[in-house]
Amino acid sequence: MNPDDDDVGHSRSGVSRRTVLGSTGAVAVAGSLLATATAADAAVAPDAVGAPVVTVRVKVNGELRTVQVDPRVTLLDTLRERLGLHGTKKGCDRGQCGACTVHVDGRRVLSCLTLAATTDGREVTTIEGLARGDRLHPMQQAFVERDGLQCGFCTPGQIMSAVGMVQEGKASSDEEIRERMSGNICRCSCYPRIVDAIKDAQKVMR
Amino acid sequence: MRAYSFTQPRSVAEAVAHGGAGTAFLAGGTTLVDLMKLNVMTPDQVVDINRLPLHGITLDRDGLHIAALERMSDVAADRTVRRDYPMIAQALQLSASGQLRNMASIGGNLLQRTRCGYFRDVTTACNKREPGSGCSALAGINRIHAILGTSDDCVATHPSDLAVALVALETVVHLATAQGARTVPLDAFYTLPGTTPHVENVLRPGELITGISVPRSPWAAHSLYLKIRDRQSYEFALASAAVALDVHRGIIRQARIAAGGVGTKPWRLTSVERALAGRPANADTFESAVGNAADGARPLTHNAFKPALLRRTLIRALITLQERG
Repeated sequence: MNPDDDDVGHSRSGVSRRTVLGSTGAVAVAGSLLATATAADAAVAPDAVGAPVVTVRVKVNGELRTVQVDPRVTLLDTLRERLGLHGTKKGCDRGQCGACTVHVDGRRVLSCLTLAATTDGREVTTIEGLARGDRLHPMQQAFVERDGLQCGFCTPGQIMSAVGMVQEGKASSDEEIRERMSGNICRCSCYPRIVDAIKDAQKVMR
Repeated sequence: MRAYSFTQPRSVAEAVAHGGAGTAFLAGGTTLVDLMKLNVMTPDQVVDINRLPLHGITLDRDGLHIAALERMSDVAADRTVRRDYPMIAQALQLSASGQLRNMASIGGNLLQRTRCGYFRDVTTACNKREPGSGCSALAGINRIHAILGTSDDCVATHPSDLAVALVALETVVHLATAQGARTVPLDAFYTLPGTTPHVENVLRPGELITGISVPRSPWAAHSLYLKIRDRQSYEFALASAAVALDVHRGIIRQARIAAGGVGTKPWRLTSVERALAGRPANADTFESAVGNAADGARPLTHNAFKPALLRRTLIRALITLQERG
């Protein structure tokens, strides 16, 4: 890869990694729409290849989305592969790293251990739903100002977890922040700056 | 992940009507989804019980009642639990992570599976996962494994912190099947591995945990949970102590003691309880009372430190509790 080409969204050919991923996702969505036609009214019905399908109506970042999912599919894979929301990261996929943290009904949870089928009727917020237009959420702003990241892979999970943590109750010490954020691993070990960012943000969060 | 059928009942009666061999009830999913991905658990049917009306944390004359779908974080934050049963709140707060505590239910916590690496790895032998295949931990890496209640077929540690505190406080667990309801003491709910380590409790096929009750007692409010682990947070116990004392004018009237991280089930220590009763609540008493706590222990290649760690953990917990007053 060209080291000068730091923006992965626009490669020289005009085809970006993101658009390739996006169009692959579109094929998957189209495939599942065929299944939708036969499963329109049933909560659980077989799809074209005989696997059961569950209809899930879930509000994602304020927008009502309806998806037909295999009951084995996680919320994480549904967000990334079906709804085109790639901000939520797949780290360990085993509930150990926190990179996939999102909010369900206002509580921070791990989307890799949440079956999409169980989110019917619920509200999901991902990192994409945190900012108000161009105005960053105070936690996002604090992570930028405190440089609370290096590679950035864990950052969406860190931020979603940190917002959830503050909403559960503000922390009174660095130790408390570290304890309550222990479910989010940062392999670059940016922990001191993450703690600083959370301290900044919780001052201005309600 | 193997394919399964999926249902979302709205009542307990409807849920247990689905129950049977091959059925897994799904609450928080933090154990089940993880182990289904690893092909360690392969149910034919998953019953999502999150729509059942199993909610509520209540205190009455008999004690504390927690419905099965209450989440760990909510119970840990409950004012009544923190005031009257502090070791329960502490055990929960020291478990897992913020996200997992928001997901995991109280009923599910009692049924979480061991963290033995061989149990979680389908390429290795494990009697708990595949009866008769052998135990890889006996001659393998066994630092985190149990020293009490083990057998030649299994040395896997029970992973729950909550269950340790609940066993110490003589909690009972409420169960439901299509045939009716029953109540079982939590200590008797768990079974020793023996020659059948795949059987971990007395649940019948399709039986559902609907809640727990923790009796009132003079010692529950004066209780503490101490957890010792390889890192300070987000880790399972190498040893833990749930201690509760009823102290009157400096003399221990009664004690309730259990240990985690060392047993194949939450380990009640009635011998320590008896050794504490009637004695002054001081460090000398604590030192001598825990002397036999690890009796019968069978240490393995990598966990010979655990008997001493168990005794020191108990002493520190008792001293800390007594100093807090």
